[in-house]
Amino acid sequence: MTTLILAEHDGKTLNEATAKALTAAKALGAPVHILVAGHSISAVAAAATRLDGVAKVLSADAESLAHQLAEPLAALVVSLAGGYDAIVAAATSTGKNTLPRVAALLDVMQVSEVSKVLAPDTFERPIYAGNAIETVQATGKLVLTIRISAFTATGEGANAQVETVSVPADPGTSQWLGAELSASVRPELAGARVVVSGGRALGSAEQFEAVLAPLADKLNAAIGASRAAVDAGYAANDMQVGQTGKVVAPELYIAIGISGAIQHLAGMKDSRIVVAINKDADAPIFQVADFGLVGDLFTLVPELVKALD
Amino acid sequence: MTEPREEMEFDVVIVGAGPAGLSAAIRLKQISPDLSVLIVEKGAEVGSHVISGAVIDPSGLDALVPDWRERETPIKTAVTDDRFLWLTEKSAFPLPGFIMPPLMSNHGNYIVSLANVCKWLATEAEALGVDIYPGFAGAELLIEDGKVVGVATGDMGIEKSGEPGPNFARGMALKGKYVLLAEGVRGSLTKRAIAEFGLAKESDFQKYGIGFKEIWQVTDANHKPGLVQHTLGWPLQDSVGGGSYIYHLEDNQVAIGFVVHLNYKNPYLSPFDEFQRLKTHPAIKGTFEGAKRLSYGARAISEGGYQSIPQLAFPGGALVGDAAGFVNLPRIKGSHNAVLSGIVTAEHVAAALAAGRSGDTLADLDAALRAGPIGKDLHKVRNVKPLLSRFGTLLGMGLAGFDMWCNTLLGASLFGTLRHGKPDYATLEPAAQHQPIDYPKRDGVLTFDRLSSVFISGTNHEENQPPHLHVADLALQKSSELDIFAGPSTRYCPAGVYEWVDGSYVINAQNCVHCKTCDIKDPNQNIDWVPPEGGGGPNYINM
Amino acid sequence: MKILVPVKRVVDANVKIRVKPDGSGVDTANVKMSMNPFDENALEEALRLREAGTATEVVIVTVGSEKSAETLRAGLAMGADRAIHVKTEAPRIEPLAVAKVLKAVIASEAPDLVILGKQAIDDDNNQTGQMLSALLGWPQATFASKIVIGAGTIDVTREVDGGHETLRLALPALVTADLRLNEPRYASLPNIMKAKKKPLDETSPETLGVDIAPRLTVLKTTEPAGRTAGIIVASAEELAAKLKQAGVL
Repeated sequence: MTTLILAEHDGKTLNEATAKALTAAKALGAPVHILVAGHSISAVAAAATRLDGVAKVLSADAESLAHQLAEPLAALVVSLAGGYDAIVAAATSTGKNTLPRVAALLDVMQVSEVSKVLAPDTFERPIYAGNAIETVQATGKLVLTIRISAFTATGEGANAQVETVSVPADPGTSQWLGAELSASVRPELAGARVVVSGGRALGSAEQFEAVLAPLADKLNAAIGASRAAVDAGYAANDMQVGQTGKVVAPELYIAIGISGAIQHLAGMKDSRIVVAINKDADAPIFQVADFGLVGDLFTLVPELVKALD
Repeated sequence: MTEPREEMEFDVVIVGAGPAGLSAAIRLKQISPDLSVLIVEKGAEVGSHVISGAVIDPSGLDALVPDWRERETPIKTAVTDDRFLWLTEKSAFPLPGFIMPPLMSNHGNYIVSLANVCKWLATEAEALGVDIYPGFAGAELLIEDGKVVGVATGDMGIEKSGEPGPNFARGMALKGKYVLLAEGVRGSLTKRAIAEFGLAKESDFQKYGIGFKEIWQVTDANHKPGLVQHTLGWPLQDSVGGGSYIYHLEDNQVAIGFVVHLNYKNPYLSPFDEFQRLKTHPAIKGTFEGAKRLSYGARAISEGGYQSIPQLAFPGGALVGDAAGFVNLPRIKGSHNAVLSGIVTAEHVAAALAAGRSGDTLADLDAALRAGPIGKDLHKVRNVKPLLSRFGTLLGMGLAGFDMWCNTLLGASLFGTLRHGKPDYATLEPAAQHQPIDYPKRDGVLTFDRLSSVFISGTNHEENQPPHLHVADLALQKSSELDIFAGPSTRYCPAGVYEWVDGSYVINAQNCVHCKTCDIKDPNQNIDWVPPEGGGGPNYINM
Repeated sequence: MKILVPVKRVVDANVKIRVKPDGSGVDTANVKMSMNPFDENALEEALRLREAGTATEVVIVTVGSEKSAETLRAGLAMGADRAIHVKTEAPRIEPLAVAKVLKAVIASEAPDLVILGKQAIDDDNNQTGQMLSALLGWPQATFASKIVIGAGTIDVTREVDGGHETLRLALPALVTADLRLNEPRYASLPNIMKAKKKPLDETSPETLGVDIAPRLTVLKTTEPAGRTAGIIVASAEELAAKLKQAGVL
């Protein structure tokens, strides 16, 4: 009984998503191995050995894996799958791209976006954009992707061995041409770890930017907006968080001058920690906020920026 | 937008797939199966915009689909218990059945979702060969040589700027030998037709109410299928007309609703908050203990009755159903009359087509309708609304009850036929003459705010379109609606569409549930409701 | 070039779903159903390729109940040439089963390109495209925001965490569509009317020889726990301290 995690990394550093997937994988109750697949990935593999509770790290180093394309990556995982009862990956774009391919090749139905491990074969997962939670039970070999916002990261504390594994031949049907990371220095709204959102209380497009940008820069956060702020012309359409805009689930969501209409809450309720800054103590946003700060945002936000120094 | 439209021709074009439009279509095909009959419906599907209590009197269906009882229909729960309460703030006084005129009895009626009844009627209509196209709004009345020759559907893909976007699709011209407007209360094309052809010249103006409805899932212990309960009195002051209903349907669902007559005077009145407050009454809240609210909606209701029925036939078509206003106010029912008007109109249209006529005025229609069951139903209760308006709810209901008994027993009224006082937009008084009303805070369990309510109505509009609520004169809105009347639109709108923010008028058109109250109640008639892009609006389920 | 677009009938995106109190699932009675929005993007892209002269035929396929025919008619109204309905009244069809059915359809249809939505907005699995691609042994490009057809290849720009990447796939290939790929067109009234006469073939999983029995057991479906109010802090300093404590900085 062993679990294999497909590590999430960019070739240089191990992404925190791996440590979160590890937390979920450990709940399966079996020893955990981490597979680091890529090219020139010894630093990533070394980082993986330190994660608490990892029994072994497998290193698959080949040029064909440099861009973690789905076909060679899935072929690699399938070649190793015989030794494992569960294959796990974080539900990142790489994990979501690769694992269903693995599942199909193993003739297994994948459980996507596991948000809670109830038993080694029973899981909760959100459906209908998080508006319902399904409890599913699997039999036989498990293939799971893990919803990263639902788990905390496992810390360091181990010193596992690295074992090199052989890499199957690349089918060569797809080729990586190039990548373009977000042009803006700020992260994409949909995948950001921290989101700073502003509402109509910011008063103008200029103030929206002037008040939120320093905080967003400080936290390396994406900037979002309520529909009211978008309608008022303070923020671009694609910044809208909510029922008709983007649905986000960051680690930290800071709502500034947003009253918290349910349409907005629908777009951010799965965030791990919600902070609300609003002058109206009765604003519905405080009903869902872990930490609330009541007062004038134009003084409080700069103060917060300073306090974060 | 002057780009020519693609054209299609039909025998009959019907706007609106509610009970009236569907009944007209069904009756047309029953009489002449070869007729081409088209219905356009602005809701995303049939029933998406249909909202009603609803206790229905099956007399309409008996005439339309006589064997409906033998079929699989969504008409399942017969009324088994009928209660009427007068509420004071702390107490409830049942009104004994014997003082109620027999026409008020709900014996033989059914508690239904009218939306689901319409879905069923749509399948009946389609089986007969009627073409029904939901998601297409009747946006413009096509008038040539003084007669209606068709309807144009709305353009799709117009951007906020008013310019066509990349997905622009020009609306279609749907030509019909006759065009039936079955848009329901305060239809936008109906409004144009009434103005164009002077249809209301001989009648009183229409009177309206705003009706709210919520559907709740209640516990087994609180579910009494077949129970119908109406209330009058609290939380409304005696000078404000209105009342509540609670209907116990199947599957542990209970519909609770509230109607406020739109002739109220105090601009601070918030019909929505009156409804929320109603649910906290000791005689009502028990039903909703441990229950969950499933849906919410609101719609204007016609209340003018017999005196307010405009001329129905116009050159090239007719008004059917509540577009003309066939609600029987004391019975709180109109859908039976909508069905019956669909039937009688269809019969006149079919006869005209069979005689080779088209595009003319159906001359006998108005007289036939007034002489038929609809006229009889409404004539008996014609003085109820004027009596309520003049004498308040308590005395007005007493006089109205007396008057209905007279009409029932003697076939005549001591009052003759009373006229309506003022149109609803003219009844508001300046805010300075009134005190703001301090409504209780909502608890999020039994009482809610507007936005969380709109949320569960499934309302949505394509965002990048021009607002479909046209304010003709923004300066007037500020100088009158805000400065004199203290912004009543922020209170009468059941969906939080209107806000005054630092003196500027914010119109959240995406929230609009298509109730039409703003079109009716704005004190200056400064707001014009036009259909948004087809498919927009609420997505009501089981309403 | 022939393009196959698999589509799914789902609860309309604007409907607020209701979880049945007995935990048996989501109530879909009397609820508006529509084509999965991502599938609309997939179909739109296929239609644009046909209109550009790159593709010659666009075929849509669905696996589902009698009612799924409405979704196919909607796709035909958007402009697909013909439709295949793999009819089954099975209450739950998992992505693995759908992928197997589609593989069987592809065996006879032999498309050069398959485009489908990246995930269905009901079960949110995000699996069918990847699984189908694996079963076919084809290359895949998921979460596509741009497609360019070359000679025997297709270049796909994908939305990935933190940005975009571009892949070149050898045809035949499979692409899953993201929302930014395009803006789907409206079906016009005349096209909806014409769609009623377009060919719609019916088959079934049994005829195709595919076992669609589910592998997972759904034990229950519940409403998500709502968030609850936390604490009100007195100052920006206190807030910063709390955030450090919570480990989110």
